[in-house]
Amino acid sequence: MAELGHDATSHAPPREMPEMELPHSHSWWTTYVFSQDAKTIAIQYSVTAISVGVFAMFLSIMIRLQLGFPNTFSLIDPSSYLQYVTMHGMIMVVYLLTALFLGGFGNYFIPLMIGARDMAFPYLNMLSFWFYFLSVIVLMASFFVPGGPTGAGWTLYPPQLISEGTPGIHGGVILMMISLGIFIIGFTMGGLNYIVTILQYRTRGMTLMRMPLTIWGIFLATMLALLAFPALLVAALMVLLDHLAGTSFFMPTMFSMGEQLPHEGGSPLLFQHLFWFFGHPEVYIVALPAFGVVSDILATHARRNIFGYRMMVWALVAIGGLSFVVWAHHMFVSGMNPYFGFLFATTTLIIAVPTAIKVYNWVLTLWHGNIRLDLPMLFAIGFIFTFINGGMTGLFLGNVTVDVPLADTYFVVGHFHMVMALAPVMTIYAAIYHWYPKITGRMLNEAMGKIHFWVTFIGAYAIFLPMHYLGLAGVPRRYYAFGETSPFIGESVVSLNAFITVAAVLVAAAQLLFIYNLIRSRKHGKEAGPNPWNATTLEWQTEHTPPTHGNFGKELPVVYRWPYDYSVPGAKYDFIPQNVPPEEVEMVDEGAVRR
Amino acid sequence: MTITLVFLAVLLAFFLGWILSRTVNVEPWVADGGTLNDRLPEILTTPRVALAIFLAAVSSLFALSISAYHMRMAFGIDWLAVPSPALLWVNTVILVLGSLALQWSWNAARRNDAAGTRRWLYAGGALTGAFILGQTLVWRDLNAGGYYMTANPANAFFYFLTALHVLHLLGGLVAWVRTVKRERAGAPPEAICSAVELCTIYWHYLLVIWFILFALLLTT
Repeated sequence: MAELGHDATSHAPPREMPEMELPHSHSWWTTYVFSQDAKTIAIQYSVTAISVGVFAMFLSIMIRLQLGFPNTFSLIDPSSYLQYVTMHGMIMVVYLLTALFLGGFGNYFIPLMIGARDMAFPYLNMLSFWFYFLSVIVLMASFFVPGGPTGAGWTLYPPQLISEGTPGIHGGVILMMISLGIFIIGFTMGGLNYIVTILQYRTRGMTLMRMPLTIWGIFLATMLALLAFPALLVAALMVLLDHLAGTSFFMPTMFSMGEQLPHEGGSPLLFQHLFWFFGHPEVYIVALPAFGVVSDILATHARRNIFGYRMMVWALVAIGGLSFVVWAHHMFVSGMNPYFGFLFATTTLIIAVPTAIKVYNWVLTLWHGNIRLDLPMLFAIGFIFTFINGGMTGLFLGNVTVDVPLADTYFVVGHFHMVMALAPVMTIYAAIYHWYPKITGRMLNEAMGKIHFWVTFIGAYAIFLPMHYLGLAGVPRRYYAFGETSPFIGESVVSLNAFITVAAVLVAAAQLLFIYNLIRSRKHGKEAGPNPWNATTLEWQTEHTPPTHGNFGKELPVVYRWPYDYSVPGAKYDFIPQNVPPEEVEMVDEGAVRR
Repeated sequence: MTITLVFLAVLLAFFLGWILSRTVNVEPWVADGGTLNDRLPEILTTPRVALAIFLAAVSSLFALSISAYHMRMAFGIDWLAVPSPALLWVNTVILVLGSLALQWSWNAARRNDAAGTRRWLYAGGALTGAFILGQTLVWRDLNAGGYYMTANPANAFFYFLTALHVLHLLGGLVAWVRTVKRERAGAPPEAICSAVELCTIYWHYLLVIWFILFALLLTT
């Protein structure tokens, strides 16, 4: 057995894990509602996020109905169209993806995967969820205030955001900003928990370099979020002051009907800098956990160790760091100093290097693997496809000269939906199909799952691939209708829009099938057993399935190896769990090499 | 955004150094007898780590606010600096005393001196209350002098930055009240030592932030 020759790790007996004082619930309320158990909180986060995500999906259907079949549905007018676009974007990015990856997956997987009984601060963890829940309620309340929710686009750019003529400039904007503020406060509570738990409560033997990549992804994404969300908070507070107190942080001098409006001298560009300082790391706040989850699922279902684990970790760190110096590539046409464009195009293209390392390593993990096309694997492979496609079009948009004509066209919509919507959603499905058996003790229905996968995968391509063509044809995004410009919009654009809408409706229907599968399998799914995928990580080694309060039995597990011991030469089985000591590994024969 | 980027660069350099020290030359695929250990040093207790992470997030908030201040100042031709009332100097002294009082309370708690812990803990809270009151007086005087929030972006930033700082102090006072409650319920100094320590570090941190903000307001 090779020795570890490194100062940071030592073979001295480790400081024992302090036993956590677990808060025990004494009533139905503290067990299921105000629970301090990370697993329950994870499920609360997930159910809330998925519910609000389904709602945002219906908003996207409304958008598509208007675009595919203009002026056919009286429910959609220009104002409501803009409101649907705005709320769809904001809900999906913040209230679904961020909340589900960090609040949902983070809460469930961190303690279980690192061998802890719970989060470091269970009470704070509970508060974190309820702040998130409150932020969702406040956001949804904006549909019921006079004027409805804001329709300024999810980027919330002033001066349009709070200028007359934009839908929802009264209650809608205020509730959006308050909701974001509450979300950020709640997230800070949760984020502190995730990082401290990972740093302090790893079980004996679980060194940083033995953590599953899922945990690395969540760990680094949380750090990004804790540093990036304050930018959104500052921007939200200043918008509120501009709107309610009459300051001019962002609002420039404007005239309306020959009269000067009360604001003067504010800088909309300042808002854009603040927004994208949050907005671009936000892409990686979602992507890094997705990278981690996909890595673990690929290794498990290809029965191979992840290719280049160390490089995968460093690539995650590099991507996280670089994500803070690329924000202005969203602002190439904003009128900022052109030299900035050159700088940010360069940093943007550099980020392709660690990203490409990850993609190559995923493909090399599959190479010569014993690939099992289980449902999680299908979605994980689907992720690789969509992420590569989205990444490639990102290279187009990262170059200033190519971006300028493509800015604010459907090319951008196609690009970011591939990389930011479809790719993470594929990962979410992969994760749910993979871990649902541990969370509920039952398997999801495979036939329904396969229908779900193929309709989603092919359907999503049918939606987003043609959008690149629309963008190249010059079709602008966010337009309700093309009015008198219609003669310039080709027939192919009209028919493609109708085609995309039909595909979108079919894909939405497939998601409802998935929800049905989730609910039905909870009671009627096949019994899963403790470790149906023969996986190595600690969550599959718990005494009970689903894991009970405290996660593990009397003793916390001890970790002897990394999480990727699949198909180890000479070993009797094609996986060795992390908590199996070297002397207990069953070998095929005595002569085999022991690891 | 230069200030924010410098702040992030320092933070990232520290983080990268730490990550590299834990990951370079490690052979993760090698199994062992379950004795590998790369835990943080014992001095970094869970509450201390949590506070450090929280302070990193708060620093990001202030760094971004200061960046916004500079950018707005550079973007607009309408910037008219706010006069710095003399009362701000008095408030600064009060905040320094508040921070010192908490430091003495922490020292007393470590010596297991219950009376000293209590006395300086209360003094720290009272001085912080006095600072907040002093800041509200500054706002009132500026308002009375015609330096309304809406009159000029410099005014708006003055109120914004000082209010943000006060809000963080109020958050600290919530933790202070919880500590006082425990003390009044009869908790001995060693039981509240960790809580007093966290309050003290947080107060010192907010004092440094105040020095930065005050220097910014004085010099621009």
